[in-house]
Amino acid sequence: MQKNFNTSDYDVAVVGGGLVGMAIAFGLAKRGQKVIVCDGEDNALRAARGNFGLVWVQGKGTKCLHYARWSLHSADAWQGFSDDLESRTGVSVGFQRPGGFNLALQPDELATKAATMQGLFEAEPRLKYQVLDRSALAERLPAIGADVAGAIYSPNDGHVNPLYTLRALFAAYEQAGGEYAPNAGVSNISSQGGAFRLTVGDNTLHAARVVLAAGLGNRTLAPMVGLSAPVKPLRGQIMVTERVRPFLAYPTIYVRQTLEGSVMVGDSAEDVGFNDNVTPDVLADIARRAIAPFPILKNVRLVRAWGALRVMTPDGLPIYEESTTHPGAFLATCHSGVTLAAAHCETIVPWILGADRPTLLDPFYAKRFAV
Amino acid sequence: MQNDSLFKTLPRVTDGTVRIFIDDTPYQVPRSLNVAAALLANGSPACRTTVVSGAKRAPFCMMGVCFDCLVEIDGVPNRQGCMTTVQDGMRVRRMQGARSIA
Repeated sequence: MQKNFNTSDYDVAVVGGGLVGMAIAFGLAKRGQKVIVCDGEDNALRAARGNFGLVWVQGKGTKCLHYARWSLHSADAWQGFSDDLESRTGVSVGFQRPGGFNLALQPDELATKAATMQGLFEAEPRLKYQVLDRSALAERLPAIGADVAGAIYSPNDGHVNPLYTLRALFAAYEQAGGEYAPNAGVSNISSQGGAFRLTVGDNTLHAARVVLAAGLGNRTLAPMVGLSAPVKPLRGQIMVTERVRPFLAYPTIYVRQTLEGSVMVGDSAEDVGFNDNVTPDVLADIARRAIAPFPILKNVRLVRAWGALRVMTPDGLPIYEESTTHPGAFLATCHSGVTLAAAHCETIVPWILGADRPTLLDPFYAKRFAV
Repeated sequence: MQNDSLFKTLPRVTDGTVRIFIDDTPYQVPRSLNVAAALLANGSPACRTTVVSGAKRAPFCMMGVCFDCLVEIDGVPNRQGCMTTVQDGMRVRRMQGARSIA
């Protein structure tokens, strides 16, 4: 069924209704813009339905310090973002920021991780961390197993329920007057007299600005407005267990316990094209990696496993760019839609609306991929 | 056995009963029953409280779909009562909230 749009003229059309698109769309709508979100089919490849739920900073940015700063900027904004969503919608997204752990099974692994964190800290003193040996770690994570050398702790990290986040964004967006069009894949974008004309099935709509947040779909959309999005899928598999009593008060990179008691266990990084299935061998490996640091998980039941496709650029860093040939057309793509949601809503949106481009975004032009 | 259950065991060809324990109380139940049916046939149907809100839950779909009949069976928590046939000596426990893994 093709939706007829409420009108054919919008201030901004956002292409893509995942976490990136909805965070931007909500930010636009609450700032008074007349916004339409054109979302794909229900069975589209949706990274935003498969997230692990970390709001993570530590270890990011070893090759690009601004990426660490950008992640930290968003993590710092997350509590306010979460409070805003909850006060508007009543949906608690379960954001917590107790700090997070990166566990190391072997001493040399711990030393390598500590060296990485020290390098980041020397370059940016807000990237704080501690190195904990096994006994210090056991005071914070009593469930930790005997075969763990230690961990890196950083107070910058947290976690959140990514599905509640998406639900809250939809509710807040619609309450702020935003319009959402499902099954509204955009087949063409052209510019016409300073505005953009989007083709959606048999319909056409016009918008003064357009934001491409279509994940892997940006690859074909971006060239229509003089932009480039060389993104590829990178599969992650995740498992979730039955609900158990609280045993883990902090998120770790591979294992976290939700507020409801489920244990999420992940994840893989597989270059398998547009295939979001799960595979027993990878799931078994993920389970082993979770049981090694937390042996008490051995007899906990898994209730679900899924695969999802990250949206990856060649260097793993985001692209935020306004077209030089089609001013008013913006591209936003990243693989950390959860961590960066707050920054997308509160920092990217003002830029889209005409504020100076934040200097934190300096490295994130697609021209870095041109040879 | 006398009880106040709304459920009655249908007359059928039976191959006898087995003794199971529900929260340490022994019951003789038809050998053909599953654990959820045995719970329904023997008094208070609530077999657990939910993890988040603490609401009571009882067996509902009886076909392995709804997961409302989760109980501890022979020391293993969160087993589906409706998918588990009773066995002589089986120990069934109602569950309060989330299982412990400590």
